[in-house]
Amino acid sequence: MNSIPIEYYLILSAFMFSIGVTGVLIRRNAIVVFMSIELMLNSANLTLVAFSSYLGNPIGQVFVFFVMTVAAAEAAVGLAIIIAIFRNKLTVNIDEINIFKW
Amino acid sequence: MNFELLLFIVFALVAAVSSLMMITRKNAVISAVFLVLNFFALAGLYLLLNAQFIAVVQIIVYAGAIMVLFLFVLMLLNTGKEEAILHGKKPIKYFAIFIAAVVFLQVAYLLVFGSGSFTSNPDIEASLSSGTVETIGREIYTKYIIPFEAAGFLLLAATIGALILAKKKFE
Amino acid sequence: MIDLIHFTIIIPLVGFLINGLLGRKIKNEKVIGAIGSGAVGIAFIIALGALFQLLSLPESERSQVVTLFNWFSVGNLEINFAYLVDPLSITMALIVTGVGFLIHVYSIGYMHGDKGFWRFFTYMNLFIFAMMNLILGDNFVVLFLGWEGVGLCSYLLIGFWYDRKFEKGTVAQAAKKAFIVNRIGDFGFLLGMFLIYLTFDSLNFTEVFSKAASGAVPEATFTLIALFLFIGATGKSAQIPLYVWLPDAMAGPTPVSALIHAATMVTAGVYMVARTSIIFASAPAIMTVVVIVGILTAFFAATIGLVQNDIKKVLAYSTVSQLGYMFVACGVGAFSAGIFHVMTHAFFKALLFLGAGSVIHGMHEEQNIQNYGGLKKHMPVTYLTFIIAAFAISGFPGLSGFFSKDEILWYSYSNFSLGLWIIAALTAVMTAFYMFRLVSLTFFGEERFDHHKVHPHESPKVMTVPLMVLAFLSVFGGYIGVPELFSGEGGNKFHHWLEPVFAAANGRLAENVEHSHFEEILLMALSVSAAIIAMWFAWKIFTTNKELAEKTSNKFKGLYNILFNKYFVDEFYEKAVISPINKFSEGFLWKIADVRLIDGFVNGTAGLIDNISGTIKRLQNGIAQFYAVIMMTGIAIILFWIIFSL
Repeated sequence: MNSIPIEYYLILSAFMFSIGVTGVLIRRNAIVVFMSIELMLNSANLTLVAFSSYLGNPIGQVFVFFVMTVAAAEAAVGLAIIIAIFRNKLTVNIDEINIFKW
Repeated sequence: MNFELLLFIVFALVAAVSSLMMITRKNAVISAVFLVLNFFALAGLYLLLNAQFIAVVQIIVYAGAIMVLFLFVLMLLNTGKEEAILHGKKPIKYFAIFIAAVVFLQVAYLLVFGSGSFTSNPDIEASLSSGTVETIGREIYTKYIIPFEAAGFLLLAATIGALILAKKKFE
Repeated sequence: MIDLIHFTIIIPLVGFLINGLLGRKIKNEKVIGAIGSGAVGIAFIIALGALFQLLSLPESERSQVVTLFNWFSVGNLEINFAYLVDPLSITMALIVTGVGFLIHVYSIGYMHGDKGFWRFFTYMNLFIFAMMNLILGDNFVVLFLGWEGVGLCSYLLIGFWYDRKFEKGTVAQAAKKAFIVNRIGDFGFLLGMFLIYLTFDSLNFTEVFSKAASGAVPEATFTLIALFLFIGATGKSAQIPLYVWLPDAMAGPTPVSALIHAATMVTAGVYMVARTSIIFASAPAIMTVVVIVGILTAFFAATIGLVQNDIKKVLAYSTVSQLGYMFVACGVGAFSAGIFHVMTHAFFKALLFLGAGSVIHGMHEEQNIQNYGGLKKHMPVTYLTFIIAAFAISGFPGLSGFFSKDEILWYSYSNFSLGLWIIAALTAVMTAFYMFRLVSLTFFGEERFDHHKVHPHESPKVMTVPLMVLAFLSVFGGYIGVPELFSGEGGNKFHHWLEPVFAAANGRLAENVEHSHFEEILLMALSVSAAIIAMWFAWKIFTTNKELAEKTSNKFKGLYNILFNKYFVDEFYEKAVISPINKFSEGFLWKIADVRLIDGFVNGTAGLIDNISGTIKRLQNGIAQFYAVIMMTGIAIILFWIIFSL
């Protein structure tokens, strides 16, 4: 009775993933970059849940559970790092935090 | 056109548009708000997929905790508002947009014209039963107990790490 | 003793190593000299023992091979360090080690006080090592090893006083000249070796010679092989056109000239022709070439020797001339006569050179004979031994040179033609003349030097005793080769001794017309009397009436000039060969091929890499988002690939 073809969910997920990638690549505010990363993680979650539902296997959703855990941890630590950098450089503009080049 | 499809279209549109708006706002706080909207739309989509537990967890954890954290940090740091979106090395940024679009089109192509066969009509009973708290809880606490514990440790480590990183320096 | 024959080679090598590695530390000249001379002396004793053992064997067994170890095996070519003991090689070995020993002892005195004393004996021992390898080797490769080795030692020893000037250039240039001219000959020798391997599928003497004597190899092949081998011989033994290095080799110390450029190395070419006699005998055309080159060299070198003023130069051209005689002998098929002359020539030429060294030593390094005169009373022993050698080389009856040179003259007539005999006899007359010119200007007449500046004195015993031994050999050494004419039936003992070695070649050569003993005595008398007249004439002019000589040379000034400048051969080579090669090397090979092409290619590669890396390094700009874009590009490419492979 679930008459929506799974491709619809998958294409939406791909779309959100691409948007997230674009956000990572073109935004200069480090926090917005992080939010784009969260968006990418969510698109992956959507895919997992869609398959879990269509195959009747709960394992997809168990995995989503863990993905959310990891995303939370990562967001916390990442933001802590940004705060630490902000203390020194007084900016969250990643163009100015250019310490890889020597 | 049944109700289900209509709901799907609504939620999907909201998700897509809000994500687009998220990456194109100059004000970081507005971006965060749009992301919250995106999460709500996703929760709705999860409900459509009979994933009750995940939908609720999405709202509690993502929209309720993570995004609150983001907003706290944004407002504490009080970053400036004015910056053009595509400032800086323009050619690279245009190329980046182009590449992301290319990748999306490729994946879409593969999904539509690929040789895999997807089940289009799932067994409703299984679908319903696989999304309940009960099922998921059983999986987590029996088969996947160890990843569960590991996730707990991960959260502990993240907590301590965040604490130390963001702390004021020792004198 | 035959199975110990390889020690004649190893012991000089050991001497070389000891003197070479420790020589600088051993300050005592006597010790260094003893090690050097002792090594050669022991080698001589071993060779002597091998000789007696060989004599005790029946004639058919007088060819023993002593194998040391396998040098290399490639395909079906197997080259061993193996040594062939037969009459020819033992004769040469005795000459080399015997005369070599005497010259080593002499050098202890001659090189006294030289700062490179240890270096001298090191190189001399290395030379003996290489020369013994050349003579005793049982295959072409070991012979060639020795061949090249003696060329190297010749270079090292000619250039011994490397920081001195010599005539118009430097000593180093003279040494280089010797080495390079030798190399040209060696190229011919190598081509000969390649052809031999192609034809006979082996480089071992016994195999090659037995196949050559029996098999059906076309004459054209033999001609080509013999031609190439002979080119090698002209280089090593200083024949036309590659003789130009030998007069310049006089830049080296006199014992070097005695050992290498009189007694041993230059005879390597003759030895090689004698050893490969079967190949030459199978190529009559080349035999004729050998005769012509030999007699031309003999004649022209003698004419140059008539007017030279440096004592060593006269002896150098004399050596070239006598070597021509040896090749004439081989060319007319009298191989054992050629080897006989090698032996007697070693005795008296070494004696002449050592005597000249004694004179030079006594006259404080003066070498121009126009500044000598009347040295007879100052250096009696040197004078006596020198004049004995002069008599020997001029073919005075009863001395060794008489028997060997006369045998060659006889075979020129009987195996070839009267014309050849006439030219050879004329050369003999000139030999007598210039030798006694040399003797008279040096030892007789008035003293033409300032007695206050120069005090000529006799040399120490360590130098004069070898002179006396060599004088003895120059007088009595020829008696083993007395011809049939005098010794009756049974004939020439030396000839007999060497016969098995040349049996195959002699079988190939044309049967000669029988000549009578009367003809032999008549020709002998003619040549001997002409020589004696020349000797007396030279003595008379240069002792009492020097002005006559000067007037004659002024009257024929053009001819004198040509002879004095050695027919301008060196200048011709310089213009025709050396200059163009130099210009080509400098202008093309250096400036274009080396600098532009090779350096350009190497530097260009480096520059190219420099440019590429300069461009690529801009990818590392430290911006993480840039890296992320590149990652996405990679993902897009992979997805394209997946799509296209569907």
